[in-house]
Amino acid sequence: MLRILTGFVEELRAVGIPVSMVETIDAARGIEYVDLGSRSALRAVLGSTLVKNARHYSAFEAAFEAYFSAVGPRAGSVEDQARSEDARVLLAGLSGAAGLSGGGDGDDASDLVSALLRALQDRDQALLQAVVRASVDRLAAIEPGRPVGGAYYLYRVMRRLELEKVGAELTDVAARDATSSLERRLVSEEIERRLTEFRQMLRSEIRKRLVADRGPQAVARTLRRPLVEDIDLMAATRDQLVEAERVVHQLSRRLATRLSQRRRQHNRGRLDIRRTIRASLSTGGVPVDPRFRRPRPGRPEIVLLCDISGSVATFARFTMQIVYAIAAQFSRVRSFAFIDGMDEVTSFFGPGTDFPTAMRRIGAEAEVVWLDGHSDYGNAFATFRDRFLEDAVTTRTTVIVTGDARSNYHDANVEALRDISRSARALFWLNPEQQRYWDTGDSIMGAYSPWCDEVSEVRNLRQLERFVEKVSIPTTRPIRPIA
Amino acid sequence: MPTASPASIAAALEAVGYLPDDHIAQVVFLAERLDKPILVEGPAGVGKTELAKALASVHGRRLIRLQCYEGLDEAKTLYEWNYRKQLLRIQADAHTDWSELAGDIFSEEFLLTRPLLEAIRSTDPVVLLIDEIDRVEMETEALMLEVLSEFQVSIPELGTIEASSRPMVLLTSNNTRELSEALKRRCLFLHIDYPSIERETAILVARVPELPRVLAESMARIVASIRSEPIRKPPSISESLDWARTLIALGIDQLDEAAVTETLHVLLKYQADVDKVAAVLAKS
Repeated sequence: MLRILTGFVEELRAVGIPVSMVETIDAARGIEYVDLGSRSALRAVLGSTLVKNARHYSAFEAAFEAYFSAVGPRAGSVEDQARSEDARVLLAGLSGAAGLSGGGDGDDASDLVSALLRALQDRDQALLQAVVRASVDRLAAIEPGRPVGGAYYLYRVMRRLELEKVGAELTDVAARDATSSLERRLVSEEIERRLTEFRQMLRSEIRKRLVADRGPQAVARTLRRPLVEDIDLMAATRDQLVEAERVVHQLSRRLATRLSQRRRQHNRGRLDIRRTIRASLSTGGVPVDPRFRRPRPGRPEIVLLCDISGSVATFARFTMQIVYAIAAQFSRVRSFAFIDGMDEVTSFFGPGTDFPTAMRRIGAEAEVVWLDGHSDYGNAFATFRDRFLEDAVTTRTTVIVTGDARSNYHDANVEALRDISRSARALFWLNPEQQRYWDTGDSIMGAYSPWCDEVSEVRNLRQLERFVEKVSIPTTRPIRPIA
Repeated sequence: MPTASPASIAAALEAVGYLPDDHIAQVVFLAERLDKPILVEGPAGVGKTELAKALASVHGRRLIRLQCYEGLDEAKTLYEWNYRKQLLRIQADAHTDWSELAGDIFSEEFLLTRPLLEAIRSTDPVVLLIDEIDRVEMETEALMLEVLSEFQVSIPELGTIEASSRPMVLLTSNNTRELSEALKRRCLFLHIDYPSIERETAILVARVPELPRVLAESMARIVASIRSEPIRKPPSISESLDWARTLIALGIDQLDEAAVTETLHVLLKYQADVDKVAAVLAKS
């Protein structure tokens, strides 16, 4: 057990979860108190001693599946637990057929489908478990030794079981009894949940087979997923973006709290004599408790220029979302969006804005497209200089540009950016692309970078958070002498 | 005296009106066995503070609660000399010899104990709840850390005070900032999320006894459905309890779209959220 544990801890560290020596010892001590046959108990022990951040749970779960998939009640007397008479018949049929498993596409899966329908309808866990095992036996056609994570096997099983049709059929049956549209909605959500659970069971059954075949270490390595804050936003899958979405919200709230705390602690200010003397009256005139004037540090003004063309739109949205969440830290935030034209979009955001909706509205209502809707940084900057520069940018303004600087071979118009940079206090550029791709193809990052105070590669939430925090620290002098 | 198994802890907590899920019971059991503080994290209103209260009543211990806020310092967490009283003592008897006086004004009579010291000095074992620890600054956190690992407090004028009994410690956090690694290392981590439909139904029935079970179940399903929408503040358990009480007060025993839409403001705290969910309900 101890050897498995150290292997498991190493796997967690490899994903990026910090696990200390003390925590490993705690886990080892904790294991002594639990029933090792119980998966949930083991998960509770390892989860509470080794992982101290809820964001790391999904990575933990993946590793746990690989290392401890064999733990848990084994097959056996499931037939006795089945709910109804026909369920028992179905079960017997399944276990009979399991013997002649060959797998592959020729096998007929209709008995599995009907058993599945019955199990989901009656919420019969025993039958469901049997269906899971039999389907993997017969339909997955697992090839030993292949270094895969099992996603393809899962797909193959689900396709043969025609899971979508099963879902539709269940919904039809349930909808017949539903009296109101609210009821129908709840029922279909319930079915969706049961199907998700079934998919989850299939996945862990497949992983169990993979682990039996190749050992936990190898499987864990194939399953390894980056932590949310390290997901590359430009290459993220839809699921990852949903996850990132959830974290952005949390992250910006945390950032806001931290910044306002630091602002208040930053400098205690000068002694407030009047209030100190007033307070000393309660201690007989002895000034035990000195009072201070609250300092009022200057707040930077922010102007955001975001490229919202297809490839970098998500990144622009995350940046805006974070900046607006901590808007209280700035004396003013104005935002502009561009593709090949530039328009002010400040009015689309307010307290409680729903960002996906706002972004859609911007695409439809703001004048971000000038000619053909392909990024043209040169024209966008020129438009900004001519229409907004004087009004929006002062020597107290920090300008933040986000975009990949891929201008589709249009004229870079460096002078426009130079003019913007000269009138601002500072100009930062966030590029969501990997640094080694800059200045390849139509990227003209190199042309613009001399006029930026800093060009940062910001590809994930961790880097984005760090950047925004840096910008919002109040400073009294200009970051850069005005040229 | 630690409880025998996770199941018996679950049963004991249930008896005092807190319905833990399997994971919560397991972690509490482990914390008792390993004698470690539990760091409870999760969205607001899922019963983090309730858990501490329930544990206190299960073990028949006194609950000492330290509510954290920004600017909380040593004087508010550990102890403070009552300097007003000390000044009074000095002025009342101006002719006493200083050395005698000094010994006198730095005695227990002039000491104001604050929650942490109180938890340590208590002769009966207590449950110490440090609520919303993410609100205090790093320095205060470090101070608490010291107390939590040594279970002793040194007061220069009085000497070191050691715990006569080990308190059971729970810390809660709303995750508004990252806690220090050192603190996390010393605690067991318990993430409490929104309950499953079954558990929420059970909680509703247990807490609002006059609520019919059927209604509780459909409430739990609707609340779960609302939580899956992308809204700013998903309803918590305490809000669904409020909702249950509202429905009873209004005499509603059947939930349809109209009834839900009318009472949505009990569940949701932002007008934008109310509008959004109402739109979704109308569409379905």
